[in-house]
Amino acid sequence: MFARGAVVALYQPQWGQVRNMATLKDITRRLKSIKNIQKITKSMKMVSAAKYARAERELKPARVYGTGALALYEKAEIKAPEDKKKHLLIGVSSDRGLCGAIHTSIAKTLKNEITNLSNAGKEVMVVGVGDKIRGLLQRTHGNYLLLTFKEVGRRPPSFGDASVIASELLNSGYEFDEGSVIYNRFRSVISYKTDEKPIFSLETVAGSESLSIYDDIDADVLRNYQEFTLANILYYSLKESTTSEQSARMTAMDNASKNASEMIDKLTLTFNRTRQAVITKELIEIISGAAAL
Amino acid sequence: MFRARRLLLRLAARPPLPPPRARGYADPAAGPVPMAFTFASPTQVFYNGANVKQVDVPTLTGSFGILASHVPTLQVLKPGVVTVYAEDGTATKYFVSSGSVTVHADSTVQVLAEEAVTMDMLDLAAAKSNLEKAVSEMAAASDEAAKAEAQIKVEANEALVKALE
Repeated sequence: MFARGAVVALYQPQWGQVRNMATLKDITRRLKSIKNIQKITKSMKMVSAAKYARAERELKPARVYGTGALALYEKAEIKAPEDKKKHLLIGVSSDRGLCGAIHTSIAKTLKNEITNLSNAGKEVMVVGVGDKIRGLLQRTHGNYLLLTFKEVGRRPPSFGDASVIASELLNSGYEFDEGSVIYNRFRSVISYKTDEKPIFSLETVAGSESLSIYDDIDADVLRNYQEFTLANILYYSLKESTTSEQSARMTAMDNASKNASEMIDKLTLTFNRTRQAVITKELIEIISGAAAL
Repeated sequence: MFRARRLLLRLAARPPLPPPRARGYADPAAGPVPMAFTFASPTQVFYNGANVKQVDVPTLTGSFGILASHVPTLQVLKPGVVTVYAEDGTATKYFVSSGSVTVHADSTVQVLAEEAVTMDMLDLAAAKSNLEKAVSEMAAASDEAAKAEAQIKVEANEALVKALE
């Protein structure tokens, strides 16, 4: 008499990790994908190396140009009076990732500066050059973002780009008193440093007392001079930033390729071991099958 | 003799007298500070801290020559020719589009030009045809911004033609 009980389909939940030995097919699939990734990272490294060589070459005259433009602020020791409220931060980066800590270091500095300045009671606005800055700052500090610029990093920066940024900034309507440009200064192929350069508004410079030693300046000339200097400083920071970014991307892709090669080596060994194990198992089955006859 | 030696030692041990203070009005000035001249465009550096005798620059308020120890000033460049007179007297000319000139109190001079080329890179015929095009553009310009742009082109080309003739 069959038991007419309900036949409960026993469902055995597999809570624990059931680790089967990886089949040959899994390993082959992994190996193929990692080899593809290695090809990509290697080619990205070569492209960055070429772009870096060009960027470093163009950086040499740009450095002379930039230090020339900043010379006035240093020699005249222009400082904004302490009671001035409106501050501007320009973070210079780019659109594309896979370059190590380039974007995060700028964003971190920006966030720190925002906090410090807000605690000191000043009004702060941020201009982001490069989409990554916008992405990193938007969620937490979105209300501080004044302008963002896209399509940065695809082609090497030119003076035209810097003057576009400068003119948009001056037309934005935000009357800042002083500010700083935060960029990554290129030190060597393997190192860069996040640096800050000051910028001042027309009123601050005109009101500065050390400006009186400069002869024969009328307001129009000073305004033109200031606008040109702003474009110069932006150009300099763009050039330094691009060079740092390309060198960082080169390093990052080089590390990625090396890691991929290591993984390929390890996986190849595992693959061979697995292959031998499979062959051995088949042999044993055949032998035991034959022995059973 | 010993007393003389001890006296000498005591004199030697005393700290040296401080150097004489800044000059009085009747004294001649200190030697001229050489000019450290930097002339660059965004893509090219022509002079970097070089020692030159004189530089002639065209500015919005007129052309003037800068020698060492020139009074500090800030100026904006106009399209025109910058002439650099080296220490040995040779003059080199460059055409600049626009930019800035800064002369500091310590005799450093920075001429930063947006575009700067040596005269041999320019062609008179091309400059003349560009000038005609710019003049016709200005006549045809409709709004203020376009008119201003065309005017800038006209001025730049006029300066080019004048420099080359």
